[in-house]
Amino acid sequence: MKASTPDLEAWWSVEDFDDVVQEFLVESYENLDQLDQDLVALERDPTARDRLASVFRTIHTIKGTSGFLAFAKLEQVTHAGESLLARLRDGAQTLDRRGADVLLRVVDVVRALLAQIERDGQEGDTEILDVIAEVEACIAGGPAPTPVEPVAEQAPAAETAEPTPVAEVAEPTPVAEVAEPTPVAEAAPAQPETPEAATPAPAEEAAASRRGVADTSVRVDVDLLDKLMRLVGELVLTRNQMVRATEHAGDHTMSRAAQRLNLITSELQEGVMKTRMQPISHLWSKLPRVVRDLSNSVGRQVRLELEGAETELDRSLLEAVKDPLTHLVRNAVDHGLESPEDRVKAGKSPEGTLTLRAYHEHGHVVVEVADDGKGVDPKLIGATAVKRGLLTAEQVAAMDNDEVLRLVFRAGFSTAAKVSNVSGRGVGMDVVRTNLEAIGGAVDLRSVVGKGTTWRLTIPLTLAIVQALIVESDNERYVLPQMSVRELVSVEGQTSARIEYVSGAPVCRLRGKLLPLVRLTEALGGKAVRPEENGEAIYIAVLNGEGHEFGLVVDRVLTTEEVVVKPLASHLKDVGCYAGATILGDGRVSLILDVLALARNAHLGNAERAAAAAAAMAEVKTETRDRLLVTRVSDRRVAIPLSMVTRLEEFPVQAVERVGSREVVQYRGQILPVLRLSGLLGSWSEDVSDTVPAVVYSSGGHSVALAVDGILDIVDDTAPHGPSDGDGLSGSTVIDDKVTELLDMRRAIMAADPDFELPEFVTRDYVEAS
Amino acid sequence: MSSVRYATFEVAGQLFGLEVSEVQEVLAFSEYTPVPLAPGHVGGLFNLRGQVIAALDLRVRLGEPAQERTGPAMNVIVRTDDESVSLLVDRIGDVVELEPTAAEPIPDTLSGPARELITAAFPLADRLMLALDARAAVRGSEA
Repeated sequence: MKASTPDLEAWWSVEDFDDVVQEFLVESYENLDQLDQDLVALERDPTARDRLASVFRTIHTIKGTSGFLAFAKLEQVTHAGESLLARLRDGAQTLDRRGADVLLRVVDVVRALLAQIERDGQEGDTEILDVIAEVEACIAGGPAPTPVEPVAEQAPAAETAEPTPVAEVAEPTPVAEVAEPTPVAEAAPAQPETPEAATPAPAEEAAASRRGVADTSVRVDVDLLDKLMRLVGELVLTRNQMVRATEHAGDHTMSRAAQRLNLITSELQEGVMKTRMQPISHLWSKLPRVVRDLSNSVGRQVRLELEGAETELDRSLLEAVKDPLTHLVRNAVDHGLESPEDRVKAGKSPEGTLTLRAYHEHGHVVVEVADDGKGVDPKLIGATAVKRGLLTAEQVAAMDNDEVLRLVFRAGFSTAAKVSNVSGRGVGMDVVRTNLEAIGGAVDLRSVVGKGTTWRLTIPLTLAIVQALIVESDNERYVLPQMSVRELVSVEGQTSARIEYVSGAPVCRLRGKLLPLVRLTEALGGKAVRPEENGEAIYIAVLNGEGHEFGLVVDRVLTTEEVVVKPLASHLKDVGCYAGATILGDGRVSLILDVLALARNAHLGNAERAAAAAAAMAEVKTETRDRLLVTRVSDRRVAIPLSMVTRLEEFPVQAVERVGSREVVQYRGQILPVLRLSGLLGSWSEDVSDTVPAVVYSSGGHSVALAVDGILDIVDDTAPHGPSDGDGLSGSTVIDDKVTELLDMRRAIMAADPDFELPEFVTRDYVEAS
Repeated sequence: MSSVRYATFEVAGQLFGLEVSEVQEVLAFSEYTPVPLAPGHVGGLFNLRGQVIAALDLRVRLGEPAQERTGPAMNVIVRTDDESVSLLVDRIGDVVELEPTAAEPIPDTLSGPARELITAAFPLADRLMLALDARAAVRGSEA
């Protein structure tokens, strides 16, 4: 199968080739310096076998690489040198003054060739035949050849074998001359000068004017880089303290100095971080082979596309994402993409496309592994979760599609219909997730059945310095890695989010979904306090851990800050709920919370959480009614359950476009169907205004907008419900002494988008409300 | 045998000593970050010139009840192979020079967690000094 051959070619682009040559040059220069020393030492002590072996290896390596890179002259010279060295090594000849001279000349010629290659990527017309003849004479033990003769004999042959770039450029010129003196023809006379440029004098000038490869790159010990990174970390902390201190001092000179310190530190931090960066292509370079072998063995045709290979990552992180990434790629080939026959049946090209994409986003590196295969079917995932005993059918039914898909990250989950030697042994995605989370990253997936799956890895730029959210609990500050914080919710008397209890476990209803809560104070062994019951505001940080979301209740949210992660003292490692410590801007030590451990300790794990959710779902029916969003539609008051409101938006009138008989608006990169409630409820709106207020409802990645004429209020739904005769309404009630109609949300959503897949509980709400 | 110098300090009315070579520095510090759920002998964390140092309450380590601290507490910072750990003590005493031969066996009456932390007892002019095993004292939470 020629599955991935084209990709290999595409992969091996001109730029890559240049990189390889550069690396070859740097390495060879280093080796040549060593070679000089070795040869001189060898002349003094010709029996030093290890030195001889080292010289032989070096020459052999250069010969091998130059052959691979098609530098013929370099190969010939080193080959000759190698022959002599082989005799020396085998004891057929001992190294005398002459031998050493010849070998040193070989080294000089190699150096000249390398310099020529560095200048213009070609070997040019550097003279090599003299030295080859000398080497041969030395091997034969004959007299040193007079340079003229062999050159005269062999030079023409070598030149035809080795056309210089000048000859190539000159070729079309006769045509140009016959026709008209085009710029090409004009350039031709100038060209012959180039070989002269390679003669020593101008070449040296050129070399002096720009630094050679070997001079511009330095090999640095990784330990030193680590130390620099640590020191920069300290500097960042000191900078934070300095800036904090000058803010209060009110001294202009000081604040200016602090500002400068601030800027320089940030720049330095960036610079040092860059020294540790390596392009992700280091990791990806192995993938074409992996994909090729795997696709052959499982009978797939795969085209691998790599985008953003130059995106850089800290080397330690690169190492950490290697296995997860390889796993995802293998998984995509084995399970994501269909066999060529199935693909043709599905109306796709027999060749599947696997795209790896790396890019920067919000201070993180995102790596996507996308296939255009069969996609992941949430129904299948749900059924497997039930079969594996992870969840009950009701619990799965209560989840939206995204949540169901994320079940694949739970431990002990694998949907492979049959176990293959590639993947599908039940260890897989949960390991990927654990590996990513261990480095402060995250993994998620999006999938459309029949269209494909995209796995998205979010990786921090560096391990040592993290963006952090500082929260307060029990008068102490704690640090949450920003990476695991999804959103912040404030719970006060007036908001829709309230803390409720399901069999004693606190939950919060957030946009119609139940969010299990962990009180930080209690999780850290503090006493149980419920400030919200005294009307005090509390804050919930919605966190992502162990594949599910939970809310961490904190007393206050203070600020975000860049913090440097310090290892925990050995005494505290066993405590388990801290990922490290750091020093905040005011110099105080603060603990970094381990979000995963908090989730685990709070027993949010599968069974418990699922039970709580199920219990809560059952209670939704009997519980006190929801809060209502009261809107104005023409001259009527229409209420919508607040749990069904994802967001309130105002669209400019001209943003609402007409598509066929329906209206849509572009919203957050999606096309959002818009339904005018006035239309649904059969009352004509005569409002003329520049904006359209709309209630947006989202579920399972889909959204609809219900356009109203105004948003009036949010109230508790306390009054009794009465019947309603209106179409699209589910009842009526009295709010603020005014009759308010209750919108049949299900009807409205379906009217806006008939394909909308409503979660189970919406149907229940509807049943209950009517 | 050459004499050994000990840095002495008082914990719960008893005089202890650590070999000077094992002590990095001694300083007073008043603000500690508490570590919820940590073993009882962890007094808190503090920032020593950019390093996060764990302070161990030597009182608790010796089996005494912890004492509410008001104001600065004295830290004896012990440098071990991989990290620096602070021992919280009540009061800092003098540095004394002692001959190893002056050591007496540990009194049999000494029992409990303290016993494992003591290597020898030295009678000084007016009182008894117990030599602490620095490594045992800063080691994890067997106590």
